[in-house]
Amino acid sequence: MSNFNINDIRKQFPVLDQQVYGKPLVYFDNAATTQKPLCVIERERDYYLHENCNIHRGVHYLSQMATEAYENARKTVAQFINARQAQEIVFTRGTTESLNLLATSLGQLLVNEGDKVVVSAMEHHSNMVPWQQFLDRINRIEADRINRMDNLLVIRMDKNGVLDLNHYEELLKQRPKIVSIAHISNTLGTVNPIKEMIAMAHKYNIPVVIDGAQSMAHQVIDVQDLDCDFYVFSGHKMYAPMGIGGLYGKMEWLEKMPPYQFGGEMVDTVSFEKTTFNKVPFKFEAGTPNVGAALGLETAVKFIQSFDRQEVEAYEDELLRYATEKLSSIEGMHFIGQAPKRNGLISFVIDGIHPYDLGTIIDKMGVAVRTGHHCAEPVMTFFGIPGTVRASFAMYNTKEEIDIFVKAVNRAATMLR
Amino acid sequence: MTIKEIQDSIVEEFSMFDDWMDRYAMLIEMGKECPIIDPQYRNDNYLINGCQSRVWLHAEKRDGKIYFTADSDAVITKGIINLLIKVFSGQTPADILAADMSFLDEIGLKEHLSPTRSNGLLSMVKQMMLYAEVMNG
Repeated sequence: MSNFNINDIRKQFPVLDQQVYGKPLVYFDNAATTQKPLCVIERERDYYLHENCNIHRGVHYLSQMATEAYENARKTVAQFINARQAQEIVFTRGTTESLNLLATSLGQLLVNEGDKVVVSAMEHHSNMVPWQQFLDRINRIEADRINRMDNLLVIRMDKNGVLDLNHYEELLKQRPKIVSIAHISNTLGTVNPIKEMIAMAHKYNIPVVIDGAQSMAHQVIDVQDLDCDFYVFSGHKMYAPMGIGGLYGKMEWLEKMPPYQFGGEMVDTVSFEKTTFNKVPFKFEAGTPNVGAALGLETAVKFIQSFDRQEVEAYEDELLRYATEKLSSIEGMHFIGQAPKRNGLISFVIDGIHPYDLGTIIDKMGVAVRTGHHCAEPVMTFFGIPGTVRASFAMYNTKEEIDIFVKAVNRAATMLR
Repeated sequence: MTIKEIQDSIVEEFSMFDDWMDRYAMLIEMGKECPIIDPQYRNDNYLINGCQSRVWLHAEKRDGKIYFTADSDAVITKGIINLLIKVFSGQTPADILAADMSFLDEIGLKEHLSPTRSNGLLSMVKQMMLYAEVMNG
């Protein structure tokens, strides 16, 4: 029996039930961060009310309980994405920290001066700048050098926002050391054919990092089926608290990789002459972790799992289809990103209207969307636009909200023309 | 008119509207009436950073007074810069530097014109003050 009842779901997100500027809030900025259900908020609160303690070091009761809860959270996340073992999950602050960890640590392990790394033309800055800066550092390139594309190879995309797999194959022939690509584009909504792209890279024995920031809340992720080497994500984009996220890595990689940050927790033995490091995943978790948020993440995972995933996906796809259809009727409408396989969000511009103006006006009508370049400036440059308006959906959004949104866009467009 | 007189008249104009939509409509109108920058200055040297939309600002001094022209790719931003141009254009550098900007709080667009918004209002005011400082004396 289905338990997907939109009214019941919305009751679990009290933040949605409010007015802004005297209008009911329509929250369509879920790709930036999702709202949190009561169960997640209560879990984190409970931790601080009854369980707060530093983990992995105390012999006393509370510390052991907190340690156990934290390690159980790791197991839950591992099982959620079908990792082989819980130790393949490293807790981080989120996708950005996970990618910085990889650019630093996997980079140090695999990439030498002159070596190449592949990203795609639709990456979020977080999956481009860490690689670019790492490559600049090892190649001793000055920050203001104009032509710095020699080592960072970029997979081309077409006008619909679809990656060119022939070009990708050409780039792989240059024997890059690492491939790092988004599962779902945060600006275009494109669902990339990552399973195929991972298999293509593996033919050349190149490890693949997948940026899953936009996919975890919407799609069933099976890292063994994908056979990706790394999969990174943020908790706060999947109904969990801010400040927690993760990095899945195949154990054989994690064992070989050097630590990223140093300090407490991640060490084995320490003297002034020499330090040896703790085992995976602890060697990547220096310092006191965000235990409360990790428990909130575990609860968010269980919240997502409490629904039929196919049903939620179908519901969200229907929201996307409905929004696309309704927006299409607006004069001068151009959708940015028209890949056949899209998920979770819709990005657009309207002739003669700046996205900033549109976002400002519909904000006053209670509609929260994101405007601007969405931390993907190269994508905007590619399409020759200053930015887009982006509406992104979560399981608690409704068609009624889309109607309000489309009406608001229409009114704003009339004002601004 | 003095800066204070112009500010008062702008506040009065905005206070005629109760509805936020009318106030924005007025800001949009002001955007459309902005004294447009000479195309030769519409380049990165005259760009003000600090907002989602781009704003170009040019100033020149004639008979001891500063005259501003500007442009933006977003019309609301253009309305904001024109609001400031109305206040400052044709004034002496000394008067501009001495101006009290509290009138911005009184025109009923506070949530929009507040410094935490990424509209670059502060950067615009700062840039105008900078011109006044350089052209002073």
